[in-house]
Formats: sequence, structure tokens, C-alpha cells
Amino acid sequence: MRYLLRRLGFYVITAWAALTINFFLPRLMPGSPVQAALDKLHGTVSPGVVKALAAQFGINTKASMLSQYGHFWSQMAHGDLGISTSQYPTRVTTIIGHALPWTIALVGVASIISFALGTLLGILIAWRRGSRLEALLPVTTFLSAVPYFWLGLIFVSVFGVTLHWLPISGGYSSDLHVGFSWGFARSALSHGAMPAVTIVLASVAGWMVGMRNMMVTTLGEDYVMVAQAKGLSTRRVAFTYAARNAILPNLAGFALQLGFVVAGSLLTEIVFSYPGIGLSLLQAVQENDYPLMQGVFLVITVVVLLANFVADLLYVALDPRTRQEA
Amino acid sequence: MSALGVEGWPTPATERPVVLEARGLSVDYAGHEGAVRAVHDVDLVLRRGEVLGLAGESGSGKSTLAYAMTRLLRAPGLISGGQVTFHDGRPPEEGGVGSVSLLDAEPDQLRRLRWSEIAIVFQSALHALNPVISIEAQLTDVLAAHHRGATRSERAERAADLLALVGINRDRLRSYPHELSGGMRQRVMIAMALALDPQVVIMDEPTTALDVVTQREILDEITSLRDRLDFSVLFITHDLSLLIELADSIAVMYGGRIVEQGAAKEIYDSPRHPYTVGLVSSFPSMHGARRRLSGIPGSPPDLRNPPPGCAFHPRCPFSDEQCRSQQPALVPVPRLGPETGPGRLAACWHQQEAGVTDELAGVKGGPRR
Repeated sequence: MRYLLRRLGFYVITAWAALTINFFLPRLMPGSPVQAALDKLHGTVSPGVVKALAAQFGINTKASMLSQYGHFWSQMAHGDLGISTSQYPTRVTTIIGHALPWTIALVGVASIISFALGTLLGILIAWRRGSRLEALLPVTTFLSAVPYFWLGLIFVSVFGVTLHWLPISGGYSSDLHVGFSWGFARSALSHGAMPAVTIVLASVAGWMVGMRNMMVTTLGEDYVMVAQAKGLSTRRVAFTYAARNAILPNLAGFALQLGFVVAGSLLTEIVFSYPGIGLSLLQAVQENDYPLMQGVFLVITVVVLLANFVADLLYVALDPRTRQEA
Repeated sequence: MSALGVEGWPTPATERPVVLEARGLSVDYAGHEGAVRAVHDVDLVLRRGEVLGLAGESGSGKSTLAYAMTRLLRAPGLISGGQVTFHDGRPPEEGGVGSVSLLDAEPDQLRRLRWSEIAIVFQSALHALNPVISIEAQLTDVLAAHHRGATRSERAERAADLLALVGINRDRLRSYPHELSGGMRQRVMIAMALALDPQVVIMDEPTTALDVVTQREILDEITSLRDRLDFSVLFITHDLSLLIELADSIAVMYGGRIVEQGAAKEIYDSPRHPYTVGLVSSFPSMHGARRRLSGIPGSPPDLRNPPPGCAFHPRCPFSDEQCRSQQPALVPVPRLGPETGPGRLAACWHQQEAGVTDELAGVKGGPRR
């Protein structure tokens, strides 16, 4: 318990540091990006409007850095990430709120499938060394070595453009409204299929190879031999004794990977024009929309830290040795 | 100390029924430069209620032999010849299975025999216990695997009884291996080995990883449990002095072969093989007269490139031309006196002279208690 509290304290400090950097970075940059955006408006709108906008974006204020910092935290506490410059006057939280569910559903589900599949295959390959299953190792490793966008484009060209099996872009048909209906669900599923499959294909090898290697090491342990000598069923030896121990490093890796679901979807969402957070980030970069970028970075930071904490919780739950008080 | 409790002179074990026997067992380890033979044509007989000690240096093949006999040998180890037979002592109406050739047994049959009749205690209990599941789970899963009928609470009760058997409080059931001391872990392993009331318990250096005091406690525990529950023990160790006290009979291995075999006391009092002579004179006696300690010069044979003839000849003070060219067979020792019982075997061209080295080693004559 004390271990978890200590970890929690660590994450609070890390989050504070990350947010503080997030606050200072744009203010330390030469020239203000928001100012640059406003400068473009000069001549088209009245100086009064520019002044009002400047106040809205929080620039050119006479307030001290300290009071700005205080204001920043009060904004954070209210969940206020400011206003997007590229999609003015939409709030950054609104844009992220629309994009995040798509990313989490697509990349989250694909990551879970990839992890479960890879781990299971890794266990089987290690358990039946020398069987035909081992052929999966070079095949999947090849798929993960291929540049992801290239794999994605091949999928788009083969299954989308040539065979017309699946839609090639977007998260759902544009003629449908977002909501809980069969049509929408089917449309979302068919749009998500190709990106999800490519993510799984590209990442399954990592889990598989990692699990296989750990499993091979664990199978050499005395307690696995004891389990066999005890006459336990093959299933119990393979899973409760060998895999239960071998999976620990992989699980920690997976929890960390979940943190990158938000950031790691960038390529997928670009290739498949998927309306997620990665695409929002791309647009923000292209249009110098600093408030949006900051918002996305903030979300990524928080999610990574949360995932780290989940990894710690998992480890404590699964490995009794970490529960020992130091 | 002996199974039938006659101080000093064990009842000739040759009359008791055999429970586990190996015949002509050979084990190879596949390597890049061809196979290495780790166990050579070994015959070993474990009798009911007997403690059979298997002594030898690291790399002598003693553990390999034990794992081969239980078919737990792992790649690249491979049984290249021989037979292992388990003779069930229980009548068929009590579920006895008669004689089973373990090397030919189907996986299912093997799984049923494992632990219920042949259990194993490993050297390092820390590594032999699964670190991430509780002691209770590890004690009850073996019960569940073999007695399908028992309920969960019956199994938990049995697990608590097993811990009580080795003097551990039942509140330790919920502990994990890392929360126990080394001695406690080994006790848990012993309790686990006895969970199904097996006829044979193989102990692979069960006390080597423990300090001397704990070692003594564990040995006393094993002795008292054996007297109560009457299982046979194959006790593997490099520590011959320990076997002299514990075992009824002893087999000494060198370079993958059994080089000498006999009742524990005879091995100690009148070793016939120069290697055994060396082993006996390399540790102090607990009870006997003081004598000069001497080690064995040289090092164990390289199994990839074993010496021709007798594997021990490069280290042996008696070696001659015959030793360098011909492998001596394991043959009955000629009776030298009343202390030489039946089942006394040695593999040395100079058995008579080796006996004479009693003088050299300072262990000549009968018991000196």
C-alpha cells in the first residue's frame, strides 16, 4: 500500500512538472504564435477586436508570470484548455472531446487484440518448440519491420480501392449521424476494420516474440519442472506456472503501451483519415494551432501517466513480491 | 537410522521388495560436437522403506540419473537406453497398478503416477516454488489434480494438515514463497512431496542450500517422517558424510557410472573403490576416531572427452596399464570379512588393493564407536 502511495506521489509530481513545462514553453518561444495568428487578421478586423481576441487567448497581458501561472492552474482545474486558433472559436476541449473516443475505440481495441493474440501465440510457440507455429515468428516480424504507412497503403489499395471490400477513409459514412443505431455501428465497424487489422499485424510480433522469449526462460525454472513432476494438467503447468510468471514483463509493457494509444495512432489516422486525436494533432501542427497542440500534448501526458499507474497496480496485483514492504 | 532399527548393522536390504529400479540406463546430452554421455549403463535398485543415497561430485550424473528415472529430463538430455520400472507395492484392489515401465508409459499414465507415487524434493526450494501463487494454491493443486472427488474445503484442510506435519503453522497457507525462510520453504516442499502419500520420494540435495543448523533440522524431519510414513527415499547429495548417517545403502557415482555400492556402514568402514576411499577421507567423522583428512587430487573427468579405461585413473594412486585401457565392471566385492554383506559392488581392477588403502586413509578395521 505504501508502495502505491509512493508511486502516486511520484506521478503527481511528474504531472505537475509536465504541465508546468506545457505552460512555459509557448511563453518562452520568441514571438507569440497566437500573436502571429492575430497579426494575420490586422487590416481585416478592427483593432478593438484584435485586442479582445488577444485578451481571450491570454497574450500581451501585463500580468506577471506568476499570476499567469496561477491563472493557468485555475484554468486547468476547470478543465479549460483554451480556444483553438485554427477552428476559432471552438474550444480545444470540444475538439479533443470529439476526437478522443474514436482513437480510444480504434487503437485501444486493436492494441488489446494484438496483445492478447501475441501473448497467446507466444505461449503456444514456446510450449511447442519446433512445431509449425514457429513459422509465425519470421512472418509477423517481417510485418512489424515493414514501415507502417506502407503496410496501411497496401491495405487501402488492395482491400479498399481494388476489391472494394472496405471503405478507405473516415470513421463512418458521412451520410450517417453519430449515434447508437445499427447502421452507424456497422458503418463504424467497417471503417475501423482495416486500420485495426493493420495495427494488429504491425504490432503482434512484438508481444509474441517477447512472450515467447520470457516463456522459454520460465520453462527452464525449477518450479515448472516441479509442476510437471506433480502430475498437473498440461494447461495448469503451461498457464498457472509458466505463463503466469512469464507474462509479468509483457503486461507492464502493455500497460505502458496503452499510454501511447493516444499518441501512437498518428500514422494510422493519417493513412486512413481516421477522425481521431492523431489527425487533430496533425491539423494543429499544419496550421500552427498552438492551443490545440498544447491540449493534445496535455492529454497524452495525462494518459501516459495514468497508464504507468495502471501498470504499477497490475504489477502489485499480479506479483506478490512487489507487495513486500521495503 | 536403518529401516529396521538395528543399531549399526542394517538388515540386509536385499530381502525387501523392489519399488523402483533402473536397468542399463544411459543418458546422453546432445551437443554441437556430438552427444555427451552423462549416465552410463546404470543399474539402480530402490527397495521398499529404504533410504538409498546417491553420492558423487558435481557433474557425476547423479541428478541426471534421478531425472531420467522420473522422465523429467529436459532437452538436450535424452535417455539413450535402458529400462526404468516402478513396482507398485499396493494390491490392485487398493488401486495398485502393478509394475509399470516408466520409459514406455503413456503421458496420462505417467501423470497419474507422478507425485502420487513418486514425488521429488528439489535442492533450492526458493526456485522450486512458484513465486506468484500462494503456498495453499501450490499444495492444493496437486490434490485437485489427483483426487478429483475432494471438495475445495477438504483440500484446504489437507493442505493445513500437511503443513502441520512439517511443523508449520496453518496461517502460513496464505503466504507466498518469498515470505518464508529458507528452512520453511524446504519444509513446505517436503510437505508437498508427501501430499499424496507417495511410495518413493526423490530428494535432490534437499539440504545443500541451507545452513548447517537448518540442514540438521530438515534431516531430522525427513528421518522422522520416513519412519512414520514409510516411504522409500532416493537421496542425492555430494556430501557422503551425510549419507553415512541417513542412508541404508549408498551408491557412489563417478563420471556417469556407479563405481561402488553397498550398505552405508560398509561403504564408510571399508570402501573398495579408490574414489570412495578419497571421498571418505575428505570429511571428518562425527563420532569416530580422529584421522588425517585428505582431498582427492585432480578434477572430475571431462565427459566430452572421457579418459580411456577407468574414468578415475588420472586421479588414482593405483592406476596401471589395465586401468588406462579397460573399463572395470561393477562386480560383487569378494568377501573380506563378516562386514561384507550381499549387494556389495565395486568397479575397480584393484579392489583388493583399494581395500588395503584402509590403512592409507586411516579407516581400517571395524566400527569405532
